[in-house]
Amino acid sequence: MKKAGSVALALALAMGSAHAADKVKVGFLSTLSGPGGALGVDIEDGFKLALKSTGSKLGGLPAELVVVDDQQNPDVAKQATDRLLKRDKVDLMTGIVFSNIMLAVGPTIFDSKTFYVSANAGPSQYAGAQCNPYFFNVAWQNDNLHEAVGKHVAEKGFRNVALVAPNYPAGKDALTGFKRYYNGKVADEIYTKLGQLDYAAELAQIRATRPDAVYIFLPGGMGINFIKQYAAAGLAKDVPLFGPGFSADEDVIRAAGDAMNGMYNASQWAHDLPNAENRRFVADFEREYGRLPSLYASQGYDAALLIDAAVRKVKGNLDDKEALRAALAAADFKSVRGAFKFNRNHYPVQDYYLRVVEKDAKGRVTNRTVGTIFKDHADAYANECAMK
Amino acid sequence: MTAALAAEQALNGLQLGLMLFLMAAGLTLVLGIMDTINLAHGSLYMTGAYLAAAVYAAAGSFLVAVVAAVAGTALIGALLEMTVLRALYRRDHLSQVLATFAIILIANETIRMIWGPQPVALPTPRALSGPVELLPGFLYPAWRLVLIAAGLGVAVLLFILVTYTRAGMRVRAGASNREMAEVMGVDVKRLFTVVFAIGAALCALAGALLGPLLAVQVGMGESILILAFVVVVIGGIGSIRGAFVGALLVGVVDTAGRALLFPALASIAIYVLMAAVLFWKPQGLFPARG
Repeated sequence: MKKAGSVALALALAMGSAHAADKVKVGFLSTLSGPGGALGVDIEDGFKLALKSTGSKLGGLPAELVVVDDQQNPDVAKQATDRLLKRDKVDLMTGIVFSNIMLAVGPTIFDSKTFYVSANAGPSQYAGAQCNPYFFNVAWQNDNLHEAVGKHVAEKGFRNVALVAPNYPAGKDALTGFKRYYNGKVADEIYTKLGQLDYAAELAQIRATRPDAVYIFLPGGMGINFIKQYAAAGLAKDVPLFGPGFSADEDVIRAAGDAMNGMYNASQWAHDLPNAENRRFVADFEREYGRLPSLYASQGYDAALLIDAAVRKVKGNLDDKEALRAALAAADFKSVRGAFKFNRNHYPVQDYYLRVVEKDAKGRVTNRTVGTIFKDHADAYANECAMK
Repeated sequence: MTAALAAEQALNGLQLGLMLFLMAAGLTLVLGIMDTINLAHGSLYMTGAYLAAAVYAAAGSFLVAVVAAVAGTALIGALLEMTVLRALYRRDHLSQVLATFAIILIANETIRMIWGPQPVALPTPRALSGPVELLPGFLYPAWRLVLIAAGLGVAVLLFILVTYTRAGMRVRAGASNREMAEVMGVDVKRLFTVVFAIGAALCALAGALLGPLLAVQVGMGESILILAFVVVVIGGIGSIRGAFVGALLVGVVDTAGRALLFPALASIAIYVLMAAVLFWKPQGLFPARG
């Protein structure tokens, strides 16, 4: 392997500059174990499914995926990043789920002039003043899904909404995003402990406050805990529950089941979006893994398609960073979410949909797309970005 | 705060406390009698919840699921004691912490290999899935009432077992002075296995009963284990009575903190409580060893 590599390198040097690489090496760093592991595995499954559909090629070149688990730990992620960049010498990186990990390893990746294609984490920092020529986000900016629900809740005429989020930076950002488009009264703003198990005290408080709707941003297990307890308290019948797409996707639905019925949420993607790419993606995913894909899986799939299109566009010449950047920014691929383009800060400009959780024709509890909330929506930070 | 809200919060505190008691009872006995720090206690809780979810999905009866989870986890606990824990009793606490931490990692990955990384479903039995009206206008989730009843029942049962039976006497003897109990002819080896299995069974009961309210997922044991250790430290190591009082205190203080205080203060309320108890009673409220 190594020998073949050095022979290829020698040949390439002999042939002179401006050559096409003989393969594309992608460093896939993600949270694959522990409580947050399900999200990373979904992104990985989506990415690998796309590779399968292209015959394990990216832009016509053989693709090599180096998968590393960051264990949702920034220190582990930093070490893994060093290894991917220096030892494995990957051409691109992707996979990170959590924004705090993205922010921890971002500078190292950008300094090494390696492109990072984010299939999930969309921190506001990299959308605004710290936007970077080597960073692309193919999912959303963190605030976007909250903004979409905020707009919908306001349009539906809810004027007195209670908000619940964990007491950490992303929790406060989420509620800020919601309030950017929700102009009614905030009945109560409840911040809970990160990783909280029991929500009985908060639910009693919500019942006493009598809001006309509740919005939650409780990622992962916290959301499952809350939604189950919300249903058990009988609140779901009188006070509709809203959340961002990642609080109401397949991973949560599978765990919370019927308790999710009737929960409205917003997402840039849904498994029933009626375009040909999406139909194929969902059918392939179900056949391959025996479950419905989540939005995370769709983002992993799109990340692979984006890289595929960009590598093809530069004809495999991965050393021409300018050309590769332009090719990524062009986003010449058929996204499973439909129309997609990058803003000047390399974050998406895209539509956001309203979905509701209910039983489908096959008797499964899952999301159904109800309508469009935003058309061609960009994030609120792009103006602070100096990139053109 | 109205009277109904105060009553609801009191019930919430009681219910959280009773569930913590199920976790802490086994932990305090293992720590008190065997002088062993078992970090993998939470893994048994997770095992119980997953077994309950699997059996409930297959058999359709929650009662069967609980019984199967309790029996299965007790068996796993007994095997774990006989194969791994037994080799650790004579080692220092650092070895025990390292070895039982390894068990956590192995248990998490084993569960992941069997059930996958996604959380699994453990729904509430349909008849008990909504709230009941205790007084006119005072709704309370039916399932939380079940938890309160089950928690109180187990507490009474454990109290009788430990206070009035010969086996309970041995357990108490082992907790207060292990060497003396050994000299007096208590078969410590078997006692340890039985105590560990009972602790595992209580974990499984907590896991199965809390499953309908909480996410059943890999790593669920670690988050509740910390609370259980706080309870054990407050109550006094090795004391069932201490675990009971400590658990109720933690449950009520945590609930009251979240209802009344700022979020930043609420999340440290139980640790402030623990620090206060340790300041005035360094051995905990009801130390088993005089």
